[in-house]
Amino acid sequence: MRRYSVFAIAREALRYHSGWGKAWRAPEPKKQYDVIIIGAGGHGLATAYYLGKNHGIKNVAIIEKGWLGGGNTGRNTTIIRSNYLQDSSSAIFEKARSLYENLSQDLNYNIMFSPRGLLMLAQTHHEVRGYKRTVHANQLQGVATEWLTPEQVKKVVPIINLHGPRYPVLGGQWQARGGTARHDAVAWGYARACSDMGMDIIQNCEVTGVHQQNGVVTGVSTTKGEIGCKKLGIVVAGHSGVVAEMAGFRLPVESMALQALVSEPIKPVIDIVVMANTVHGYISQSDKGELVIGGGTDGFNNYTQRGSFQHIEETLRALVETFPIISRLKMLRQWGGIVDMTGDRSPIISKTPLGNCFINCGWGTGGFKAIPGSGWAMAELVAKGEPGPLASEFDMWRFKEGRFIDESVAAGVAH
Amino acid sequence: MLILECPCCGVKAEETELAPGGEAHLKRFGPGSSDEEFEAYMFARKNPKGVHFERWRHAYGCGKWFLAARCTATLEVFGTYPAQTTEPPAELIAKIQAKRPDWKGWK
Ligand SMILES: Cc1cc2nc3c(=O)[nH]c(=O)nc-3n(C[C@H](O)[C@H](O)[C@H](O)COP(=O)(O)OP(=O)(O)OC[C@H]3O[C@@H](n4cnc5c(N)ncnc54)[C@H](O)[C@@H]3O)c2cc1C
Ligand SMILES: [Zn+2]
Repeated sequence: MRRYSVFAIAREALRYHSGWGKAWRAPEPKKQYDVIIIGAGGHGLATAYYLGKNHGIKNVAIIEKGWLGGGNTGRNTTIIRSNYLQDSSSAIFEKARSLYENLSQDLNYNIMFSPRGLLMLAQTHHEVRGYKRTVHANQLQGVATEWLTPEQVKKVVPIINLHGPRYPVLGGQWQARGGTARHDAVAWGYARACSDMGMDIIQNCEVTGVHQQNGVVTGVSTTKGEIGCKKLGIVVAGHSGVVAEMAGFRLPVESMALQALVSEPIKPVIDIVVMANTVHGYISQSDKGELVIGGGTDGFNNYTQRGSFQHIEETLRALVETFPIISRLKMLRQWGGIVDMTGDRSPIISKTPLGNCFINCGWGTGGFKAIPGSGWAMAELVAKGEPGPLASEFDMWRFKEGRFIDESVAAGVAH
Repeated sequence: MLILECPCCGVKAEETELAPGGEAHLKRFGPGSSDEEFEAYMFARKNPKGVHFERWRHAYGCGKWFLAARCTATLEVFGTYPAQTTEPPAELIAKIQAKRPDWKGWK
């Protein structure tokens, strides 16, 4: 693989950029792999990357029914934060956030990580108490967050209307090292690094069945034929229930549509990420100047990547009352993704009833921020067959045993 | 936009009038049940990509609960029926079978 650097740019500039080459190969599947990962989203690719990098397992295929990064990884609003309440959540989200800090260097691919600061508005007294509690929890967990007064909020985001018609801003929870990154670049950077390690990323290839013998996985059927494997990782987000059914078990997951939209590009007006969970909307501004906007999920099961129109209206209503300056903006594009919602709004990184078959899912509306940490933890689980400390609480049996990781305060709405 | 005909009041209700209530025909488990039964009742939804039977409430209309059959892969609505039943009506099942020959049935 040719390293990307300032010298490479200079060299290519002198020869009409004719020497860049492909960022990853497009191989035909082999008959057999040590590990197959289903799903080339951020979590699947990161799992493969850390399998190679941390555990030396490189005979790996990543099988993707569409194009890599075309699922939720390429559809999200790219918010990165780790200000969660429960210890096990903040451990894995903070691991991910700290890996994001150096990911561009690690992958030799500019993922445009922008720790611009993240603010969660408190607009009810209940939220004030909840966020202050989270700030205290974060201090004990070693995650740097703080409480801001309304005046401090106005300072970091001058376009805000503190005295909105429905919910005045009573303060906010601030994570200075939260922010955004370029979502496609995260998928592409991991894909390029995986391909460089000799792993096969097989796109336009749908897994249609999971094979087993004596309770242990032996391979998969795909639209490009049968492929054998010693271990299988299922990392398919909204389609987790569908693939789990092929593997013979049921998950505590429901699939629903979540939408996002961007406005026409304008000059810089907001240089942090703001989330307003009571009125249901969040916003940041991309480098191109578009406002990147999202809200809540639809309430019913859906696999169509199309959401309900009234949720767009609800989201924009919330943001217009919080930031009146945006009321005249036109919206450019809007789209949906299928998110995998668990009963306690926390992810699943787990062994399964099928031997040597592992699952990573349930990231729901908030898994972009977790990609590096989740891949790290999933790779350890797949490599060793047992979860390490990051994943151990996130097994799928917690629902039977009542060990919920309840993040509905921190993640019930938001991203 | 999703439109469901409320079988209680006959109104063709659009989405903003309706509140979704999740999977229909759940068997409820109470005290004395096993952990497995409880988990299945509380969390292990079918979540099919295809035909789905679900509960809805005509929240900003007559206020009553009812049931609907819908396809989660196409958003097609097959029909609605009253909540006072333990299984989908036979005509509705026949209608869905005619439209979806591969469908494995509602159980
Ligand atoms: C609108 C929206 C906004 C969001 N905003 C944020 C945010 O601001 N911050 C945040 O942290 N998170 C956010 N999220 C959540 C985040 O996008 C997801 O949690 C995360 O991207 C999930 O990554 P993944 O790799 O697990 O799934 P995906 O990227 O969806 O990858 C799964 C892949 O599996 C493939 N697949 C499925 N079935 C099969 C099969 N049978 N065979 C082969 N391949 C298969 C799919 O094609 C897909 O590419 C948002 C999500 C949406 C939809
Ligand atoms: Zn009615």
